[in-house]
Amino acid sequence: MSNPKNFTEGFGPVHLDVLKEIGNIGSGHAATSLSKLLHKKIEMHVPGVEVVDFDQVMDLAGGADKEVVSIFQRMEGDAPGTMFFIMAPSQAHQFVERMTNASEGFRDDAEMALSALQELGNILSGTYLTALSDFTELDLQSTVPSVSQDMVGAILSMGLIELSQVSDAAIVIKTSLTDGEGGGNDFLEGHFFLFPDPPSYQKIFSSLGVRADD
Amino acid sequence: MIKEGQIVRIGIGDMGMVRSPNSIRTSGLGSCVGIVLYDELKKMAGMAHIMLPASALAKKQGLKRAKYADTAIEDLIAALTDAGASSYRLKAKIAGGAQMFPFTSSHDMMRIGPRNVEAVKGNLQTFRIPILAEDVGGKSGRTIEFNPETTDLHIRKVNQGESVI
Repeated sequence: MSNPKNFTEGFGPVHLDVLKEIGNIGSGHAATSLSKLLHKKIEMHVPGVEVVDFDQVMDLAGGADKEVVSIFQRMEGDAPGTMFFIMAPSQAHQFVERMTNASEGFRDDAEMALSALQELGNILSGTYLTALSDFTELDLQSTVPSVSQDMVGAILSMGLIELSQVSDAAIVIKTSLTDGEGGGNDFLEGHFFLFPDPPSYQKIFSSLGVRADD
Repeated sequence: MIKEGQIVRIGIGDMGMVRSPNSIRTSGLGSCVGIVLYDELKKMAGMAHIMLPASALAKKQGLKRAKYADTAIEDLIAALTDAGASSYRLKAKIAGGAQMFPFTSSHDMMRIGPRNVEAVKGNLQTFRIPILAEDVGGKSGRTIEFNPETTDLHIRKVNQGESVI
């Protein structure tokens, strides 16, 4: 397609499949590392890759207004982009407790919780990116993770800034991790959102031998 | 159609207009800025949820104009005056432009919040629209709602409750 209004209009099913595979490989490895960390079976949910408008991006994470805990990292190297791991605040507590084997009183130690979440971000994004890097043979590194608790819109919009200069639509590469047991109060769940910068899509596609106009 | 006292919701990178008794809201402003222009006498207001400081940043033609500070303000003024507002009576209230994450990267786009605020103020000054109230910067996301009847801008932040400017 020549000069599409949104660059995402040039993407066909093959491209979306490639991105889905990337989400699959990245979060699959992240699930394994999380499983080792927590000594617990962690399952990955079939990744969804969707082309949606910006408001729908927020809806996929519960709506622009919803309060979440997020671990944010920039991905640098051959294919820069932005990555988020997003959890409900109660889920973040669960993660921290499991990671630190915390007792009740431990919850209030905000500093320890923060560093535990940062470590979680390091492990999850680290394995996600390593898997991505191995698969595509692209050189990718992640920055130090930043943790914040705020509204979905305020957080995820950071992932749309680069994209919004070339498009009114976003490609959402979303994958979810859960602890496989389901239900119950100590159910764990978190979601990866990967937003490659616009020029990075081409690099990812060509590294895997897929042409832009396929 | 909009019923009495309804809330019109503005999405990210979008804009809209409202008359009393309805109010207008946008959710989850982070580095984005919410711009409200209003005519107190006509009890009408327009709101934009901008993402980027300048339309010159667009690398493609034909993208939504409400995403950028400059084109959003132009279009808000046009929409309001077309609907009967007086351009000389327009006033502004703005909120947003937070720095959501620390400078973990040398990446230019990390500073987008402060740059958005600067651009909004510059463009409003060009059109000589006074900013009567603002709540910008900081590290928190905001949900804002404007009531053209009272000209109050309600601002909600996570863990900090609600304020009115």
